[in-house]
Amino acid sequence: MVSAQSGTATDSAPGLALSARGLTCERDGRILFEGLEFALSVGAALQIEGANGAGKSTLIRTLIGTASDYQGHILWRGVPLPKSLPSLRESLLYIGHNAGVRRGLTPLENLAWYGASHTDALVALDAVGLYGFEDVLCQQLSAGQTRRVALARLYLPETPSLWILDEPLAALDVAGVASLETQMTRHLQRGGSVLLTSHQPVTIAPLAKINLADFQASAHDSLEHSYAG
Amino acid sequence: MSWQWFHRLGSPRWFYQKTSGWLPWLGAASLLLLAVGMAWGLGFAPQDSKQGNSYRIIYIHVPAAFLALAGYYIMAICGAVGLIWKMKLSFVVMRAAAPIGAALTFIALFTGAVWGKPTWGAYWVWDARITSMLILFFLYLGVMALSGAFAREQSGDKASALLALVGTVNIPIIYKSVDWWFTLHQPATLKLTQASTIDPSMFYPLITMIAGFYLFYAWVLILHTRSLVLQREWRTQWVRELLEKPAPAARA
Amino acid sequence: MRVDSLASSPGAAESGATGSVRPPGFYTLFRTEFILAVRRRSDIVNPLLFFVTVLAMMPLGIGPDPEMLARMAGGLIWVMALLATLLSQESLFRGDYEDGSLEQLALQTQPLYFSVLAKVLVHWLVTGLPLAVLSPLLGMMLNLGEAGYWPLFMSLALGTASLSLIGAVGAALTVALRRPGLLLALIIMPLYVPVLIFGTGAVQAALDGYGYGPQMAILGAILAAAAALAPLAAAGAIRISLEN
Repeated sequence: MVSAQSGTATDSAPGLALSARGLTCERDGRILFEGLEFALSVGAALQIEGANGAGKSTLIRTLIGTASDYQGHILWRGVPLPKSLPSLRESLLYIGHNAGVRRGLTPLENLAWYGASHTDALVALDAVGLYGFEDVLCQQLSAGQTRRVALARLYLPETPSLWILDEPLAALDVAGVASLETQMTRHLQRGGSVLLTSHQPVTIAPLAKINLADFQASAHDSLEHSYAG
Repeated sequence: MSWQWFHRLGSPRWFYQKTSGWLPWLGAASLLLLAVGMAWGLGFAPQDSKQGNSYRIIYIHVPAAFLALAGYYIMAICGAVGLIWKMKLSFVVMRAAAPIGAALTFIALFTGAVWGKPTWGAYWVWDARITSMLILFFLYLGVMALSGAFAREQSGDKASALLALVGTVNIPIIYKSVDWWFTLHQPATLKLTQASTIDPSMFYPLITMIAGFYLFYAWVLILHTRSLVLQREWRTQWVRELLEKPAPAARA
Repeated sequence: MRVDSLASSPGAAESGATGSVRPPGFYTLFRTEFILAVRRRSDIVNPLLFFVTVLAMMPLGIGPDPEMLARMAGGLIWVMALLATLLSQESLFRGDYEDGSLEQLALQTQPLYFSVLAKVLVHWLVTGLPLAVLSPLLGMMLNLGEAGYWPLFMSLALGTASLSLIGAVGAALTVALRRPGLLLALIIMPLYVPVLIFGTGAVQAALDGYGYGPQMAILGAILAAAAALAPLAAAGAIRISLEN
């Protein structure tokens, strides 16, 4: 589904980063999607599409191992998930719906907590337009600014290779979106992979898309109809 | 292959169909034992030299107290099995065991109070065993409250299973510390009748009652588990078929 | 401007995608939690004020008779310390859960055990320890015998650490719930029983003129067991709550 780019990986499954085979997730007895298939290669990006409540966040939480109720297979570099989870988390940069920015800390302290050095953090904060806000407590920043503190992690010099981003473009202005797209493209060129959800169009290359609506179970639909009828 | 039975055991449908056949036997056996034990203990066992007839409440109190504690361990073990092997049915049994155990704990507390009035002159004394039983009651209530607090069933299952396990680790410490606290604050003259010093003519009906209570517990646990299974699986095909099929009695 | 220079640097481009997550060490975890706790001053001050205020209500409720107060002082102070610890614990993981940093913590390659331990250690430093330090003062106000001051302080210092550890399990179990206050008390109070018994037992023994070494030893043993097991249980509970 996604074409492999630069094959820098030296694993048994060269070029393959994250893939899913026959993945089925349910929540509260309702099947969100069924038989989901995708393969995300090194140097490629994948956008997950779907309406609100289609299960995008559940899919992401399943992929990173936070949610463990699923059927099917998730493979990281060709190795199935429960076994390869530590290795996946070692090379994972995840920014979720809740950004993971502590309100009681300053942007600098937040980035330091994620392992950034002082200079690297300053450069990254500058890149997301937070120059001059480094030492302000995050609880005094706006929602968009807090979001950008989290995104500053993507501008650190040494980022993990797999980016999983839940709605990274939300609450960003036009310039912010353009800058982030540039940064993601750069990450792909460096041999990284990006998996993201977005309601807005994303212009990065190479980008593949899957829509969760295509994996909605037909059996589930008929079940719903029979309840209604 | 040898694990097949284990996974089949985890299937709510298999459980529901399999236990249908057991229920009448289990129910009949437990009611029979309870009736025999009750008649024997209340009607034919001799009077106690010190307590007169009031001691006869042990035929309810002791089995209920036994099962109250055992029930907590049954609940916690089911929770552990559910957490470790991700077995759905195990969580259902755990949820079913909680209110039954709490009810038995309450019976033990209530009968203890009724017994306390003629024996000690007060309905409630802070005796070590009664205090431990009260704390056990709170532990049950905690597990029940936590399992019901989550909108998502699986989270409630796992959270209350973990709490039950934490409680299991704590119960021996709690019991020991309450024992110690009691000996510190009160003279040890209020000890309940110990089973080891009891006369055989009083002991055999007690054993019958304990066996009856265990069977009764198993019966009620299975019944309650079955009703929870139906509630949880109501979307599935087999439950819908079961519910649409008219009961044999109704047809006749 | 500086970003452009970063982009054109070939070194950064080559090593870019090979970096891995560097988990913060225990010191970083501890320091971060401590900074956060110090900045939320009300979270430190409120449990202490609660402790003092409710204890000041006690003589008003049960009468000013010095002898009766002296008999009850140890127990009253201990029960209030229990409540103050419990009430302050509801927020232990809440902020981190709401802003998503708890999820980030759970994604790290190092065990969650250390993160929980760091949090609990800070919680004890800003809640349990100040309570223990204040306790002789309140003992004086409640006419506690002088022999009881030192064991009261010691038992509270040791015991509140266990309370913080045990309470962390409850806080982690209820963090995904909207209003966990009373539920947290319901599930955690019974687990506090041994600490309460041996804590008040130490004070009582000292007042009666006996040694209180055994009680302190048992409190120490409970603390050791709680430090080993409670963070594990809390870590499991956090993963359960995050899955909700």
